[in-house]
Amino acid sequence: MASPLKCDICDKPATVHLTQILNNQAHKVDLCEDCARAKGITDTSDFSLADLLIKASLNPEAIDSGTCEQCGFTQADFKKNGRFGCPACYDAFRGLLEPMLDGMHKGVVHTGKVPARALERKSLHDRLAKLELDLTDAVKSERFEDAARYRDEINQVRQAAGRTHPPKS
Amino acid sequence: MSISSLLATPSELTDSSSTKTAIVLMTRIRLARNLAGQHFPGWADKARRAAILAQCRAAIAAAPQMKKPHDLAIDRLSELERLILVERHLISRELSGSKGGAGAMISHDQAISVMINEEDHLRIQVLRAGFQLKRAWNAIDDFDSALEENLDYAFSPNLGYLTTCPTNLGTGLRASAMMHLPALIISNQMEKIVRAVNQLGMVVRGLFGEGSDASGSIFQISNQTTLGETEEEIIKRLGTVLNSIIEHELNARAKLLEADANKLFDKIGRAYGILQNSHVLSSSEAMNLLSLLRLGVDLKILPDSGRALIDRLFIEAQPGHLQYARKGEIEPAQRDILRAALLRTEFANQPKPSFTLPGPN
Ligand SMILES: [Zn+2]
Ligand SMILES: [Zn+2]
Repeated sequence: MASPLKCDICDKPATVHLTQILNNQAHKVDLCEDCARAKGITDTSDFSLADLLIKASLNPEAIDSGTCEQCGFTQADFKKNGRFGCPACYDAFRGLLEPMLDGMHKGVVHTGKVPARALERKSLHDRLAKLELDLTDAVKSERFEDAARYRDEINQVRQAAGRTHPPKS
Repeated sequence: MSISSLLATPSELTDSSSTKTAIVLMTRIRLARNLAGQHFPGWADKARRAAILAQCRAAIAAAPQMKKPHDLAIDRLSELERLILVERHLISRELSGSKGGAGAMISHDQAISVMINEEDHLRIQVLRAGFQLKRAWNAIDDFDSALEENLDYAFSPNLGYLTTCPTNLGTGLRASAMMHLPALIISNQMEKIVRAVNQLGMVVRGLFGEGSDASGSIFQISNQTTLGETEEEIIKRLGTVLNSIIEHELNARAKLLEADANKLFDKIGRAYGILQNSHVLSSSEAMNLLSLLRLGVDLKILPDSGRALIDRLFIEAQPGHLQYARKGEIEPAQRDILRAALLRTEFANQPKPSFTLPGPN
């Protein structure tokens, strides 16, 4: 008799077998009853096979290196549960993420909605910061005509920013 | 109790049933959103979670779509209240079992709900009775833009909205439809449909149980991928799949009537008899009987007015709602007796089925 399939997560004999076809590639996941239950497969609420595929595709023996400077999350943390610690993790673990995205989604570049108001706010904010630096420089080096011009521009940008309701921070 | 006002008001899901909901009972879209520069909920400590919760609640309350929302702190709700919200599709099981610092804000008509500090900082959901993908998208798009007036979302031009789990990356959008597919079940075609739908990058889930023998014959079909397509493209693709499933279900119904109408009439007639007379009903049996009566309404064997009742009972015969009505926890065996009593009362005065073979027209 052939040896029974082992659970992708814990090595116990697998009794739950799932196949998902994504981008014309069949992905197979085999799980024991405990892990299946732990992953919510008997529970219908929000089970995502892609979730399991991440975990199954991550090689736990690969050498771990790298930590997200923003939040202290490590590669090992990601491999444990397939989730990140903060938005900056996407930069910190880009090398780990990129090969995974290919099989996970229809494409690897976002083509959908853009948070236009927030981006506008950010660009105004960045512009203001730059103008304030310029103003300080101009005053220091006694270029008063330039300084007056920067001050006018700052007022204009502030007015524009006021219209976009900056979030309280 | 803090959710009693929510249960007392009419809701999108329990009070708007009509012929437009024949096969697609409801459409749901959710968006995953996170705040820029903040730890994701699962990695955030207590103080961070509390700060995120406060910031999100303020932004949601300020959105014009959210007049006087139900504003719920999950850890202040009883287990039963949380179960009720899950059964009404207003919060997820994951949120209902979450540690502190989690919240839910639900619009007055329960059409919009936002979970705070679930897997992502924000899980925004819009729910519409019937097959209304486009309207649901327009509503959630507007609401999301209104939130963005006051919140800086974590966003990358290349990867889109940044989510805790990369499976939701990009649009963060999951669109789904809850479909009633009794004829596909009766004629053993569901497995074939699930396979075909999977190949198109969509996921099928039984609503009350798994796989092809989900009780109540109710399935949730949703998109699997979120990155590389626009929201409109995802929704259009799902819409095409849903339309094709509707067509298969209608064909299966026609074939069942053609091949052996008596067999189908028998099932529906017996379901009516059991619902009027039984004294012990498990949740799964009740769902299956209600499903057959719903099919009876679609086939004009029962009057159209029955559909609203059936759709409400799909929710109110669930364990949480039954126990809440009796104001306390009740043993499963006792629940089955209560469930039978509820259904006996509700169906006591429902008109009898009238079986006539549909004539050629
Ligand atoms: Zn296992
Ligand atoms: Zn991080």
